[in-house]
Amino acid sequence: MNAPGRHTVPWRYIVPVLYIAFLLLPLYWLLNTSFKTNQEILSSFTLWPADFTLDNYRHILTDPSWYSGYINSTLYVVMNTAIALAVALPAAYAFSRYRFLGDKHLFFWLLSNRMAPPAVFVLPFFQLYSAFGLIDTHIAVALAHCLFNVPLAVWILEGFMSGIPREIDETAYIDGYSFGRFFALIFMPLIRSGIGIAAFFCFMFSWVELLIARTLTVTEAKPIAAIMTRTVSASGLDWGVLTAAGVLTIIPGALVIYFVRHHIARGFALGRV
Amino acid sequence: MLELTDISRRVSGEVIAQGVNLRLAAGVTNILLGPTLSGKTSLMRIMAGLDRPDSGDLRFNGRSVLGVPVQKRNVAMVYQQFINYPSLSVYDNIASPLKVAGAGRGEIEERVREAATLLRIDNQLDKLPAELSGGQQQRVALARALAKRAELVLLDEPLANLDYKLREELRVELPELFHSHGAVLVYATTEPLEALILDGHVAVLHEGRVAQDGPAREVYRAPVNLTAAGAFSDPPLNRVAARMQGPTLTLAEGEGGSTAAARLPEGAYTVGVRPHHVRLERQHAQDIEIRAKVVVNEITGSESFIHFNFAGERWVALVHGVRKLDPGAAFACYINPRDFLYFDAATGGALAAG
Repeated sequence: MNAPGRHTVPWRYIVPVLYIAFLLLPLYWLLNTSFKTNQEILSSFTLWPADFTLDNYRHILTDPSWYSGYINSTLYVVMNTAIALAVALPAAYAFSRYRFLGDKHLFFWLLSNRMAPPAVFVLPFFQLYSAFGLIDTHIAVALAHCLFNVPLAVWILEGFMSGIPREIDETAYIDGYSFGRFFALIFMPLIRSGIGIAAFFCFMFSWVELLIARTLTVTEAKPIAAIMTRTVSASGLDWGVLTAAGVLTIIPGALVIYFVRHHIARGFALGRV
Repeated sequence: MLELTDISRRVSGEVIAQGVNLRLAAGVTNILLGPTLSGKTSLMRIMAGLDRPDSGDLRFNGRSVLGVPVQKRNVAMVYQQFINYPSLSVYDNIASPLKVAGAGRGEIEERVREAATLLRIDNQLDKLPAELSGGQQQRVALARALAKRAELVLLDEPLANLDYKLREELRVELPELFHSHGAVLVYATTEPLEALILDGHVAVLHEGRVAQDGPAREVYRAPVNLTAAGAFSDPPLNRVAARMQGPTLTLAEGEGGSTAAARLPEGAYTVGVRPHHVRLERQHAQDIEIRAKVVVNEITGSESFIHFNFAGERWVALVHGVRKLDPGAAFACYINPRDFLYFDAATGGALAAG
């Protein structure tokens, strides 16, 4: 006898399918709209583009004032991720391996930086960076985002490092490794999942954060999210270009997630994500 | 020759090592014997240079090495847990100290293969440590120590987590392997039996102090104090309070009988009796009879352990053959004063008498 449910969808799939459809609907609508003309967007309700066009994307990718936003965002995000990791790796190692006065309090205080909303820091940041002439530079945004990303990276990395037995460090020293050589050749490969996850979270925060990035930049380092506001004009919103820009903004994040997906799964199992 | 002179170390008020004096020679197996937390690992860490003593001196071949960083000491250490570099292959694991020291490619290859062959992991060189069994992983760690040809080799309970058969094999082979390079070999163990089989120079550790040190069999035969005797007894040494009055030694206020066989000055003593000296049959006229109730009876196949309470202390009798005694059953056992170890009741120091 054939199994009775062979050609029917088992009930237990219903809920996840509905849930995923619910999650994907806005994304589909963004994608759908980005391939429509403004005429179609405003005049009719269509489930897929009736008049398929790539003009919206062409507009963004050929206009320097548009695509420079992506370049700016990418630049400061990469700078931020590099700085945050370079700072967080030794800090996390210290928290993981040494006991010192107030270490637990310091660790918690570091994390508590993330509890304040970014808006709180906008004004002090603006004044400080103005004083040092850093307004409208990529490094300004990269450094500002470090306030949020360094604590997170330290926290993630500390969890991974504490999972590595201290005896491995000692064996390396006994074998004759200097600290630097041990850290780069032995230790970093062991926590590469943690480094990957920390980098991913730094990237995501910095890529998505709008308020600080917009406040600290004028034209030269303006992030893509700020440029998107240009689509608002006296003649109304340029819906097609706005949604196309939205799709292009999602892509880097989606790519990064794709590449670190195994590490993230492992991170959930091992460390503290 | 590694010399420890009056080494002491405290960590947040807790004594890790206290006034340790030891001379560890090359060519013999130096054994640190003691229960967990007796300070074996802490002492090894000081010897390796991972920790600094608060006071005292550490000399290697007459030269103080206290100021020498661990990287420059030419030491090898193997932990009880299997510690290897998880991201490196077995070959690279064994080669790692040689590479850091800047040895030539040919020499590295030769020494890695030699060490791997001696420890019978030469067909596993391309694998990662995680792909090996626990015993093989420990042999990788041992091969790394061997290939390094360090002047000081510290093995911290290296066989504790291995299976029985492998342990017996390696216990015989390891000292030979390291001795052939003329290293000072230090071997920590919790098992008195292992210390006796290794048959080297043993230091009995207790709460960070050396209770006694000397050739293993000598320490076993003539412990200088209760601590050394206790550490060197498995199952634990049986103890009973005794009092010498005139020519008679009375055990446990008369509860355990008395004997005229001891020749000691009057006073209070602690008598130690090794478990295998507690017998179920009377063998001599002067044997003292003990009547007790069985608490637990363990039978290993060729030996039986009978646990019972005597004068407020838990005693164990270790007898040959299968002796089935039900818990709660009353039985009699016999101890001979000739086998007694006498200790001063106040200080725990041993007395040569009997």
